[in-house]
Amino acid sequence: MRQARPILSVLLTAAALLVLMQSYIYLRDGQMAQWLRALLAIIWGVGGLMLLFTLASNVVEQFSPRWKRRLVPILFVGPAVAIVIWYLALPAVRTLVASLYDAKGEQFVGLANYIYAFTSREMLLSFRNNFLFWLIFATLSSVIVGLVIAVMADRTNPLFEKICKAIIFMPMAISMVGASVIWRFMYEYRPAGASQIGLLNAIVVAFGGEPQAWLMQQPWNNLFLIVIMVWLQSGYAMVILSAAIKGVPVELNEAGRIDGASEVQLFFKITLPNIWGAVVTVATTIMLATLKIFDIVQSMTGGNFGTQVIANVQYTQMFRQFNYGRAAAVAIVLLLAVLPVMYYNLRQFNKRTEAF
Amino acid sequence: MKKAGTMLVYAILIFLTVAWLTPTLGLLVSSFRPDNEVSATGWWTAATHPTESTFTLDNYRTVLGLPAPGQVIQRGRENINLLTAVVNTLAVAVPATVIPILIAAFAAYGFAWIRFPGRRWLFILTIGLMGVPLQVSLIPVLRDYIKIGLNGTYLGVWLAHTGFGLPLAVYLLYNYISTLPKDIFESAFIDGATHFTIFVRLILPLSAPALASFATFQFLWTWNDLLVPLVFLSSNQGSQVLTQRLLGLMGSFGQDWHLLTAGAFISLLLPLAVFFGLQRYFVRGLMAGSVKQ
Repeated sequence: MRQARPILSVLLTAAALLVLMQSYIYLRDGQMAQWLRALLAIIWGVGGLMLLFTLASNVVEQFSPRWKRRLVPILFVGPAVAIVIWYLALPAVRTLVASLYDAKGEQFVGLANYIYAFTSREMLLSFRNNFLFWLIFATLSSVIVGLVIAVMADRTNPLFEKICKAIIFMPMAISMVGASVIWRFMYEYRPAGASQIGLLNAIVVAFGGEPQAWLMQQPWNNLFLIVIMVWLQSGYAMVILSAAIKGVPVELNEAGRIDGASEVQLFFKITLPNIWGAVVTVATTIMLATLKIFDIVQSMTGGNFGTQVIANVQYTQMFRQFNYGRAAAVAIVLLLAVLPVMYYNLRQFNKRTEAF
Repeated sequence: MKKAGTMLVYAILIFLTVAWLTPTLGLLVSSFRPDNEVSATGWWTAATHPTESTFTLDNYRTVLGLPAPGQVIQRGRENINLLTAVVNTLAVAVPATVIPILIAAFAAYGFAWIRFPGRRWLFILTIGLMGVPLQVSLIPVLRDYIKIGLNGTYLGVWLAHTGFGLPLAVYLLYNYISTLPKDIFESAFIDGATHFTIFVRLILPLSAPALASFATFQFLWTWNDLLVPLVFLSSNQGSQVLTQRLLGLMGSFGQDWHLLTAGAFISLLLPLAVFFGLQRYFVRGLMAGSVKQ
C-alpha cells in the first residue's frame, strides 16, 4: 500500500495533464456558443492551474526529505521564474538578435535596421513627438494638475474633497481606447455654418470663432492627444500626492503660519520639499507611460497627421509591414529610451522598500 | 482675504471637477439619444432644450445585437454584436487576473519563507524586469506562439498577461507575505504541515487584502488593454475583445456617434463598477507599485 502511493500520485498527475490537454483541444476546436466556450475556458484555466499545483505538490511529497528540500522551492518559485524568463528576459536578448536580421529574420543585415530606427522620417517624427511633446507636456501637466488638486482639496470640506477626488480619479478606470472615443467626440469637427456636435468646436463657435479640425492641425494635434493622457493620469498623480501631503506633519505648517508665511510660501517651503520623493515617483511613472504611449495614438489618428510615436511605428512595422527586423530595432530603441527612467524609478522604489 | 482665498479654492476645484466629468457625461447622454438627434445637435441640447429631446435604448440594442421587435437597424450595422466582445473580454480578463495572482503568490511565499540556494538572484531577476516595455517581448513570443499553436488562443493571451504582470505581482505579494508574523506557521510546521498546506490554509487567506489589491489592478489592466489582444488574439470579429472592437468601430463607423458612444459606455461599465467598488484596494496597489504600465 505504501509503495502504491507514489505511483498513484504520478498517475493522477499524468491523467490530469491528459484531460487538460484534451479539453483544451475540445475548447479550441469544438462547436459551441461563445458564452459557453468563454465560461468553460475560465473554469479550465483557473481550475486547471489549481489542480496542477495541488497534484505537483502531491508528487513532491512522495520524495525523501532530502529531495523534497530541493524540489519544494522549484514547485513554488519555478513557474514564476520560468514565465518571467520566457516572456521578459529571453525576449530582450532575442529581440536584440532579431534587430540585426532582415524583415523575415533570415539574413544578417548588421546595423541596417538601426539606421532606419535613427534616421527614417517617421522615427525622427516619433522622437520629436515622444520626447518633446509627450514626455514633457504630458508628464508636467499631469503632475501639476494632480498636485494642484491634491493641495487644494486638502483644504476643503472632507465630503467635498472626497467627491472631487473621486471624479478626477475616475478616468483611471477607463481604457485608453474608451477615452479616445470620448475625446474624439469632444473634438468632432463640422464645417463652419453647420451645427457643431463636438463640445470644443461648439464653444469656439459660441465665442465667435471658426470651428477647427483639431486632430489635423500639425503639430498642435499632439497636444490634443496629450490632453487625453492628462485627463487619464492626473487622478493617479493626485491620489499618490494627496497621500503624501496628508503625511506631512501638521505642526510644520502651523509653525510656518505663526511665523507669518503665506499659503504659497508654505507650499514651496514646507509641503513640496516634504513630498518630493512622491513627486519624483509619480513623474517617472507617467514618463514611462508616455514613452510607451500607443493606444491613444493608434485609436485617435493611427499615427497620421504628424502624430506618430515610437510604439506605433513598432506596431506598424510588425503587423502592417511584417518587417520583424525593423520592428525589433524599434523595440530596442524604445527599451533604451525607457531604461534610464526605469532605472531611476526602480531605485526610488528600492529606497522606499529595500526590496533589492 | 482668507475667505476670498477659500472661495477661490472651491471655485477652481468645482471648475476642474466639472471639466473632468463633462467628456464622460457627453458620452453617456449621447448614447441614449436617437441617431438623427446625435448627428444634428450637440448632446448638451438634451439639457438646454429638454422638450425637443428624446431618449432611446435603441443604440444599445443595436451594438449589443439585441434589437427590439420592429426596430430598424441601418445597413451594415446588423452584426456589431458587442455582446460577444463582452463575453470574450471576460474570458480574457478573469483568468488573466487569477492566474498571475496564484503563480505570484506561490513565488512570493517561496522567496519569503523557503531557504534555497540562488533565492536572492532569482528574486532580483523576477522583479527587476518590471517596467520592461511589452514591445520588446512581442516578436519573440509571437514567433513561439505561431510555432506551438498558441497564437489566437485565450491561453496565449492569459500567459502573455501573466508574463507581463508577474514582476509587479510578485513584488506586491512578497512585500505583504514576507511581513506576516513567523510564529503563525511555526506551530503548523510542528504539527507536520507541508509548505503546500500552509500556503493554501494560512497564507492565501491571510494575504487576502494584498491579493485583492493586485487583482483590482490587474483586472482593470487586462480589461482595458489593447496591445496584447491586438497582437496575440486572432483578428476575426468573433473572438475580439472590447477594446479591439471599439478600435474597429471607430474605423468603420467613425461618424455613427450614437453607436460609438453606446459601445464605449458598455466597455466602461464593468471597470467603473470594479473601480468604485474596490477603490480602497486599487489605491493600495497603486501606492505600492507605480512602475507598471
